[in-house]
Amino acid sequence: MTRQVRSVSVPHLAGLWALALLSKAADAAYALNFQEPATLIAKEIYNLNMWMMEICVTIFILVFGVMLYSIIRHRKSAGGKPALFHENTKIEILWTVIPIAILIAVAWPVTKTLLAMRDSSNADITIKVTGYQWKWGYDYLKGEGAGIKFMSILATPQAQLDGKAPREENYLLQVDNHMVVPVNKKVRILTTSNDVIHSWYVPALAIQQDAMPGFIRDAWFRADREGIFRGQCAQLCGKGHGYMPIVVEVVPEEKYAAWVAEQRKKMATGAEDQNKVWQLAELIQHGEAVYTKNCVACHQADGKGIPSVFPALDGSKIATGAKIGHIKTVLSGRPGTAMAAFGPQLSDTDIAAVITYERNAWSNKSGDAIQPSEVKAERR
Amino acid sequence: MQKSANGQAQTEAHGHRPEGLRRWLTTTNHKDIGTLYLWFSFTMFIVGGIMALIIRAELFQPGLQLIEPERYNQIVTLHGLIMVFGAIMPAFVGFANWMIPLQIGASDMAFGRLNNWSFWLLIPASLLLVTSLFVPGGAAGVGWTLYPPLSIQMGMGMDLAIFSVHILGISSILGSINIITTVLNLRAPGMTMLKMPMFAWTWLITAFLIIAVMPVFAGAVTMLLTDRHFGTSFFSAAGGGDPVLYQHVFWFFGHPEVYIVILPGFGIISHVIPAFSRKPLFGYTSMVYATASIAILSFFVWGHHMFTSGMPVAGQIFYMYATMLIAVPTGVKVFNWTATMWRGALTFETPMLFAIGFIFLFVMGGFSGLVLAMTAVDVQMHNTYYVVAHFHYTMVAGALFSAFAAVYYWLPKWTGHMYSEMLGKVHFWLTMIFFNMTFFVQHFLGLAGMPRRIPDYALQFADFNAISSIGAFGLGLSQLLFLYIVITCIKGGPKAEAKPWDGAEGLEWEVASPAPYHTWETQPVIK
Repeated sequence: MTRQVRSVSVPHLAGLWALALLSKAADAAYALNFQEPATLIAKEIYNLNMWMMEICVTIFILVFGVMLYSIIRHRKSAGGKPALFHENTKIEILWTVIPIAILIAVAWPVTKTLLAMRDSSNADITIKVTGYQWKWGYDYLKGEGAGIKFMSILATPQAQLDGKAPREENYLLQVDNHMVVPVNKKVRILTTSNDVIHSWYVPALAIQQDAMPGFIRDAWFRADREGIFRGQCAQLCGKGHGYMPIVVEVVPEEKYAAWVAEQRKKMATGAEDQNKVWQLAELIQHGEAVYTKNCVACHQADGKGIPSVFPALDGSKIATGAKIGHIKTVLSGRPGTAMAAFGPQLSDTDIAAVITYERNAWSNKSGDAIQPSEVKAERR
Repeated sequence: MQKSANGQAQTEAHGHRPEGLRRWLTTTNHKDIGTLYLWFSFTMFIVGGIMALIIRAELFQPGLQLIEPERYNQIVTLHGLIMVFGAIMPAFVGFANWMIPLQIGASDMAFGRLNNWSFWLLIPASLLLVTSLFVPGGAAGVGWTLYPPLSIQMGMGMDLAIFSVHILGISSILGSINIITTVLNLRAPGMTMLKMPMFAWTWLITAFLIIAVMPVFAGAVTMLLTDRHFGTSFFSAAGGGDPVLYQHVFWFFGHPEVYIVILPGFGIISHVIPAFSRKPLFGYTSMVYATASIAILSFFVWGHHMFTSGMPVAGQIFYMYATMLIAVPTGVKVFNWTATMWRGALTFETPMLFAIGFIFLFVMGGFSGLVLAMTAVDVQMHNTYYVVAHFHYTMVAGALFSAFAAVYYWLPKWTGHMYSEMLGKVHFWLTMIFFNMTFFVQHFLGLAGMPRRIPDYALQFADFNAISSIGAFGLGLSQLLFLYIVITCIKGGPKAEAKPWDGAEGLEWEVASPAPYHTWETQPVIK
């Protein structure tokens, strides 16, 4: 742990956490406490937890010390004769009042930290985080970088998930696009969701905030050191719940400025693409990449879906029928099912490409090439 | 009934009953129904336990080995629902059926046919849950909390779960009405409220909790049902509803529910500790008041399950303080049990071992609960394995250990035989060791940030998950020993006296062992 974190009085903990012995022998893979805090609030929480633990261990030792004494000294085999007392008003009042006093002593500092945690005013940068089944979308709304938006999807290769390739250190905790923020700036996070409830959880930043469909919640952090901080969705959101990690990259200010410039450039190129007329082969190639990121979890790589859960696309009415129906389904989704509206998530180019791919992959051989302009025309 | 020769003959005539299947289908006898409840509960405990083992096998190492993520979610959901509604609650209703009439000097429960009906409702309810695994789309994969909008997306397995919850709710409400009526009206003359056995007290309070909150849960899932099929939008923002509304309604039920599964256990422990300490329970009156305070407070703390759902900071502070307050009456209980043991003459038969194990582990679960109550800290631990460890320390170590204590304590009364003390002690130590091996390490997983309900995990969590899985299999297999002990005890063994424990107190020890089919036809008089 860093020096800022209050040192733990070892004897206290050793009493209860017998596993502490075990951990000395074991290697560093055994993490026995919170991740190393990266914000002031996270440090306060770390200390509160340690402090509470010390109180609990002390009470535990006192109560079970008394009980252990009874177990040893007052056993029948040791010749114990039962006493007959069965109440004592003084001691009963005492052991009601003392816990209340301890609780008040604990409640005060927790309340202070809680009030600080919830004060999200005067943020330098505001980022809207949207949960999707099963990925995160980031929109930089205010401050430096306003206007940047992108999706962030699990980047761990399928081969590692299947156990066909050795798993890397950050297995299941890698994404294609990191959420980049500058160090020492107050970053306000607004969470919401596109479908079901998700939860944006980054332990080192001490943030866990549910993302509610149709509502906005907020939280904030000010990272006091650079680094890459990883977290995961914390609220069960369907089959991909374990596969939507969060990666926050805290960088120095200059580096952040460079990142912002780079993102702006990327977005400008993206906008040009939409007016281009694409060849069928180009669309299929791009579409396959989009499909792998966005569709494969449900409809599967072979387009067969999962029987009676997720419909097949291979040979389906929509994928082999009129183009317009297919475009509409992808744009607006199917309310009441897991089929999301991809209109707000993907660009016209991506949607055109993925539809083209779906209409030409597997046994679907329509030969249709959908242009971004056709998708644009269907957007309301 | 008069105890004349004539009356005796009449009693014999009463003893005639249908044999075989018809006896069990049509019985209105509280002992038969208690037995049915207990066997049903054990069966569901095995079913839910096998599901737990599937979960732990999948989590033994990173990657997907056994089941697909959607199946994983379904099994997590059913494990929770089955253990809470199929295993724990029926077990305590079983103890209540068997023991409350014996303890208060009543000849049976107040409503015999209602009693039969409330048991047999459990069968279709549990079948709906288990068979939902095999319908198209599988069971509901949403967690036992059934949060929308995810539960709106599910297939027909979700509807089966909703109907199952309805039926389970009716069953436990009927059971509670029966228990309240029995306890309030059928006590032996002279047994005033404050002379009642603690088990009857805790069940009386629990029964009121059930009647208060089960209809609320039924309402919540009915709203889910209409949102799913009839176009309402209680929980959908698009139609003017709010998913958080469901969470409020659910946890208004859900928090009292955790006391529903633990309070009868408190009652059992309050019998076992004095019996083997050979000393009266310390602070009987304060025990009753503490139980009532816990029950009342349980209605004002549900928001602590929703600290990350988003609520005003004033709400978070209120729920934090209210939750912390529960530590006070709970502490009183623990102190009372310790004081009961103080200067007693202690022996450590199996029921006593389970009772002491209960206190030890339950206090640990209470402490982690106190940590989770601190809103600021909870944000770091919410929905992680720390929470999983916490509630298994209270539910498994709390409810299950007290249920084991009860079985060993009353088994001689039920069967007329003594169980094998040696095997009972082995069962205790195996359960104790493997339980801690399974769940203690989960605290560390949660602190390190492993979310719950994920089928695959990052490599940093691998070691503790492997330890936990090995522990889980040990814990599961140890329960086969329990089954063996109970069956051998039913079949034979040393004859049990009417009062096999020299320190035990209460009317149940004044009838013969095994307890005759009809007891207390003449009510005893309490002086």
